[in-house]
Amino acid sequence: MSKNKPGRDDRRGIHAVDPQSYPKQRQELSLWFFCGILLLSYGLILIVHGIYERFGHQPATVLAALHPTLWWGILLAAGGAFYTLRFRPRSR
Amino acid sequence: MPVVVNPALILFETHLTTLAPTDILILALYFVLVIFIGFYVKGSTNTSEEFFLAGREMSAWIAGLSFVSANLGSLELMGWAGAAYQYGILATHWYWIGAIPAMLFLGIVMMPFYYISKTHSVPGYLHLRFGEGTRALSAVSFALMTILMSGVNMYAMAVVMQTVLGWNITFSIWVGAGTVALYVMLGGLRSAIINEVLQFVLIWAGAAMVPILGLMEAHGWNNLKAQIATNVGNANYTHLWSTLGHFKDNPMGVHWTGIVFGLSCVISFGYWTTDFLVVQRVLSANNLRAARMAPVIGAAFKMAVPLIVILPGLIALGLHNADGSVVYHLVPASVAKGTGQHSYDDVLPLLLIRYCGPGLLGLGITALVAGFMSGMAGNVSAFSTVWTYDIYGAFFNKKASDQHYVSMGRWSTVVGMLISIGTAYLVMNADSIMDYVQALFSFFIAPLFGTVILGMLWKRTTKAGGFWGLLAGTVASIGMFAWVHADASALRYIAMSPDAQPMAENLYRALWSWLICVGVTIAVSLVTKPTPIEALTGLVYGATALPDDGATSLWQKPTFWAAVVLVVFLIVNIALF
Repeated sequence: MSKNKPGRDDRRGIHAVDPQSYPKQRQELSLWFFCGILLLSYGLILIVHGIYERFGHQPATVLAALHPTLWWGILLAAGGAFYTLRFRPRSR
Repeated sequence: MPVVVNPALILFETHLTTLAPTDILILALYFVLVIFIGFYVKGSTNTSEEFFLAGREMSAWIAGLSFVSANLGSLELMGWAGAAYQYGILATHWYWIGAIPAMLFLGIVMMPFYYISKTHSVPGYLHLRFGEGTRALSAVSFALMTILMSGVNMYAMAVVMQTVLGWNITFSIWVGAGTVALYVMLGGLRSAIINEVLQFVLIWAGAAMVPILGLMEAHGWNNLKAQIATNVGNANYTHLWSTLGHFKDNPMGVHWTGIVFGLSCVISFGYWTTDFLVVQRVLSANNLRAARMAPVIGAAFKMAVPLIVILPGLIALGLHNADGSVVYHLVPASVAKGTGQHSYDDVLPLLLIRYCGPGLLGLGITALVAGFMSGMAGNVSAFSTVWTYDIYGAFFNKKASDQHYVSMGRWSTVVGMLISIGTAYLVMNADSIMDYVQALFSFFIAPLFGTVILGMLWKRTTKAGGFWGLLAGTVASIGMFAWVHADASALRYIAMSPDAQPMAENLYRALWSWLICVGVTIAVSLVTKPTPIEALTGLVYGATALPDDGATSLWQKPTFWAAVVLVVFLIVNIALF
């Protein structure tokens, strides 16, 4: 799990190695990448379900006419997509 | 310890709703991800420092969010939403004055000592400062408390699953406990912290729709306040401070002195600065500045948590039908068991069902599960560390290899979880989750804070003073608890008012136990031989040259951001006075 920026002092020394000497070293996944993936997945699921609700399958909940599932799904998907792309693993 | 199971609960079949396939998909995705993370980080948790302190390489943001998230267990989500319905906005004090000043104090004043002493735990600090006896007392009481707390979290999660979905309570306990045990055993604190941050994000994603839609239905905050006043017959439920002049004037039956001195100065400072469950997260920071910033970041987020916990309780209190009748008439858990009505603790699930259809409901339920699992993981990872370092490693096997201690940490995680499961069944017979947790806090946390703060700030405190003060405070707290439970009229002496309610008892019991601890510590210290100043280096204010935290601009200074948080804290308190 990469928390330190490359080049910053690291007690375990995993970033102290010369990147050129390990060209195929595995890039550790960022915690924020996990957050992004989770939010993006949930956002997409909610969008799909929200669209389904728009076509005559509105749930019997209070304020369902505002389509909260769809709007919340769009918001989560947008935030999740940002974090997924921003912290995606890149080859060194 | 006898485990008594209520068969009526296990066979309970009725429930509020069922999950649609979309909801099940959302819940399943969460479980898959947390277990994947456990396996993913296993490869980087080979040494004891990596397993128990996440390699001390977390950034301030991660340590800060984990610091808050470890506290977002059953108490936070279910208990305080119910408390907001029961007591109104006064419940917010447990988030603001009952948390923010203490978190800032930890970051600015206490963290340098914890960090530069390189201790692995709070009992470890007590060992350095006061010796083996104090460490043993603190470690054993902490281990006991964390296991009980973990059981409370587990039970709360099972009740939610049972109430909302009709799931068998035993099934929920074992699935939740098994998942947490697996990912903590595999990845230690590193895995727990990563999952806690993930859970914090998820809790907001899943729970935020309730206050948003609730406020829309109530037509805004001002209308909600008016509706609450109409429903309960007075305006006392929406004022933070103006009703605290007398025990009789507010629904909680407390006095402002109890809130300020009992809750804020003792319980909250004790919890946020000496409870190893939360302090462990900050100790994982990658440098001193990150360690000081983490509690400040945590405080900023903590201030926002009432939006998803307290506000739903208030919304449930203010909702009414078209004919003017109240929508929810909730009762204490003890009454609900007999009558079949919904209890205060059901408020959050009830609102989730009111506003969230398939998809959103699954997200909300997943957020609740994540919150409970976060609480369990926090407790069990802290238990594992204290057991391995401060009990097993200190008293049973001092010279084992690093690998042996890592192995012991993994096994103690599993054993701790099994004991928690037993505790969860035991808690089924407790009348109120909230009372149970509050009692635990004041047994151990308040006296411990007295010992740590004197040890950290007063050079004259001696080893004997620390030990006897901690012991006296803890025994006094348990004694007062037993006294009031044996004779309810004793409450008037503990809280110093015949009008005091049970919540006031917790606050004043904590205050008294802290005062007794401090008094005994000072008295014993003054009649025992002082500790040489050279033995206090790195442990005590005045005997330690604090290192520079490396901040080069105002924006990097933890004190600047602490001041910003403090100003916002004052503004919101005045706005809701």
